[in-house]
Amino acid sequence: MEKRTTFSKWSVGILFAVPQLLLIFTFFYWPAGQAIYWSLTLQQPWGGGNIWVGLDNFRSILASADYWNSVTISITFAAISTGIAMGAALVLAALTDRQLRGSKFYSVVLIWPYGIAAPASAMAFRFILAPEAGLISVVNQWWPGIWDPGLNGADAMACIIAAYSWKYIGYSFIFFLAAFQAIPRSLIEAAAMDGSSVLRRFWDIQFPLITPTIFFLLVINITESFQDSYGIVDIMTSGGPHNSTNLMVYKIISDGFKGLDYSGAAAQSIVLMLLIIVLTIFQFRFIERRVHYR
Amino acid sequence: MSTLKNCISAAAAGAMSLALALPAAAAPTKFDFWFGLSGDLERVVQTMCKNFNESQKDYEVSCVSQGSYDATLQNTIAAFRAGKQPTVVQVYDAGTATMMLSGAYYPAGKLMSENGYKIDWNDYFPGIARYYATSKGELLSFPFNSSTALLYWNKDAFAKIGKTEAPKTWEDAAADMKALKGAGYDCPMAINISGNESWQLMEQFSALHNQPIATKNNGYDGLDARLTVNKTSFVKYVTDLKSWYDQGLIKIKSKDLGQDMVQAFASGDCQMIMTSVGDHGTVGKTQKAGMSWDVAELPVYAGTERKNSLVGGASLWVLSGKSADEYKGAAAFLNFVHDPKTALFWSSNTGYIPVTNSGFNFMKSSGFYDKAPYKGREVAIASLTASEPTPITRGIRLGNFTQIRAEFGNQMQAIFANKVGVQEGIDNLVKNSDAVLERFEATYKGKQLP
Repeated sequence: MEKRTTFSKWSVGILFAVPQLLLIFTFFYWPAGQAIYWSLTLQQPWGGGNIWVGLDNFRSILASADYWNSVTISITFAAISTGIAMGAALVLAALTDRQLRGSKFYSVVLIWPYGIAAPASAMAFRFILAPEAGLISVVNQWWPGIWDPGLNGADAMACIIAAYSWKYIGYSFIFFLAAFQAIPRSLIEAAAMDGSSVLRRFWDIQFPLITPTIFFLLVINITESFQDSYGIVDIMTSGGPHNSTNLMVYKIISDGFKGLDYSGAAAQSIVLMLLIIVLTIFQFRFIERRVHYR
Repeated sequence: MSTLKNCISAAAAGAMSLALALPAAAAPTKFDFWFGLSGDLERVVQTMCKNFNESQKDYEVSCVSQGSYDATLQNTIAAFRAGKQPTVVQVYDAGTATMMLSGAYYPAGKLMSENGYKIDWNDYFPGIARYYATSKGELLSFPFNSSTALLYWNKDAFAKIGKTEAPKTWEDAAADMKALKGAGYDCPMAINISGNESWQLMEQFSALHNQPIATKNNGYDGLDARLTVNKTSFVKYVTDLKSWYDQGLIKIKSKDLGQDMVQAFASGDCQMIMTSVGDHGTVGKTQKAGMSWDVAELPVYAGTERKNSLVGGASLWVLSGKSADEYKGAAAFLNFVHDPKTALFWSSNTGYIPVTNSGFNFMKSSGFYDKAPYKGREVAIASLTASEPTPITRGIRLGNFTQIRAEFGNQMQAIFANKVGVQEGIDNLVKNSDAVLERFEATYKGKQLP
């Protein structure tokens, strides 16, 4: 018996796909095409005149030290925040999975942060990390000036990484917990009866079995950290001090909308898109080989 | 009989046509006004709109806050490109050059004269009017919420060091700050070094000292203007601010750090701040109980011939592409805004200053400036009218000025964090801002400022 749905005519299938194709075209291909066109012109913000400049916009961003700074710090931000979010989520999920008393309670508590909007969590972290009035202010009483995100770029970076990873710990946790719970208990019980330690069981049985999830989360987390950090940067640091938290996505939005430089922002967003595509291909080519699919 | 019949039928016809005409006349022409103020200020604008709608029957304005100045400009541009723009929009000072080149507005002066309103443009304070006028003096937008920067000083703290006056020069201010520190005040003066504070630290300072910010008379004479602040006394000013900061005489206060400078002053933590007269109301409402404070004009360096300070805030632009009826409504609305009685309502509820001589005199004669919470606000007028505007104190006309202000914030932060020296930081500010200006010039190739 044929299990797949089949259509008598090829055209009927297309008809069903049209709404989805229309949506993808309207919300992805059309704007992306527009962005490519804008990146090759100088756009007057109010319309009325566009000047064709070819690749000049790309030349000028690639020649700008501020732009390279934003690329470097975006990569740093992606690496550290993905590391923290996934590392913490993996440990927490492994512990929750060990059927400790109250693991249901822990899983709910750990999933919650993901449900909070980025600006709200950024506000919460702003209160915690404010150097003079926040919970952290006590360190400045012990060592005056040691925590100064208003002028110290590294401290400001720490602020946005903390707020951002905190949110994504919950996200990764959901997937890790599901992956752990999908592993047949009998495997682990058998290993336990053979006398292997908890760590040994983790590395030899559980870890290889969840590598598809790790790989999936790695791709998602890295992509998201390039794209989803705007709200947190806007509320916590506005890209400062001295551009130290001016991540690529924040720079695109502030140059484009606040600075009304639509063409420069379009060129930057195309570079960002290419960077994400390259990173994703890299991950599939070199990391996916180590993944064991069942 | 026939005459009577005729009379009756004529009267009936008249009544009928009147009846037909009445609903048409009663339906007012509607138009939109978008603005950027929010919170408390938004409520004041809404009340003003309600007052306008109740003052006459022909027009009805619908006022919509877009949340912030940035968002208002962004949303208006998006709406304009889609052909759905509001009739009147509030645009902040930094957006003026962009608006002037947009080709998307209806000149305010023309609008008023075409619709039969005689506005005495000379009644506007020259420092305010020239910011929004062409280089030939034609007013393109209506000055609306205007402000300027003032020095707020704590009289109680100054009494402790034996002073009853605010410092008039930076030399005095430095001595006062040292004395305040000596008297046990931890924060003699607070500043902020974000992009927004470019307005007081760079722009107001330069105007008061008659120093150019950019060539070509601050951009009034052409799109090829470039920044010059790395060659003016602005460098000395930043050098002094940095040295006072290093000595602990100045503290940096911003919202990101938990307390902005207005809060720091109102709570008595910091003894001097430089901020907009628009904050006068906030300080009054939130100050520590019993604290005695006042405002003064910003200090200048000794030996400087003080010039007028620059206007801040926003103006009202009428956009192109609307019907004649909507323009009639917009003209009536702007005329209402212009009325001295509206000025009194607006200024007493917000802290913004009246923008015309007649508005100011009306407020003065009504005793506004003698009353306790408003006392001192007249200093803003004195500061704005300290001199006849010179070619470089009439305003700033630089494209994408928001990006230049952001660059100011970046470089100030780099200087204060000891990442770069003062001269190097300001050189970077000039270099990066010039790239912004070059880009703007290329975008509007072949066009000229009106």
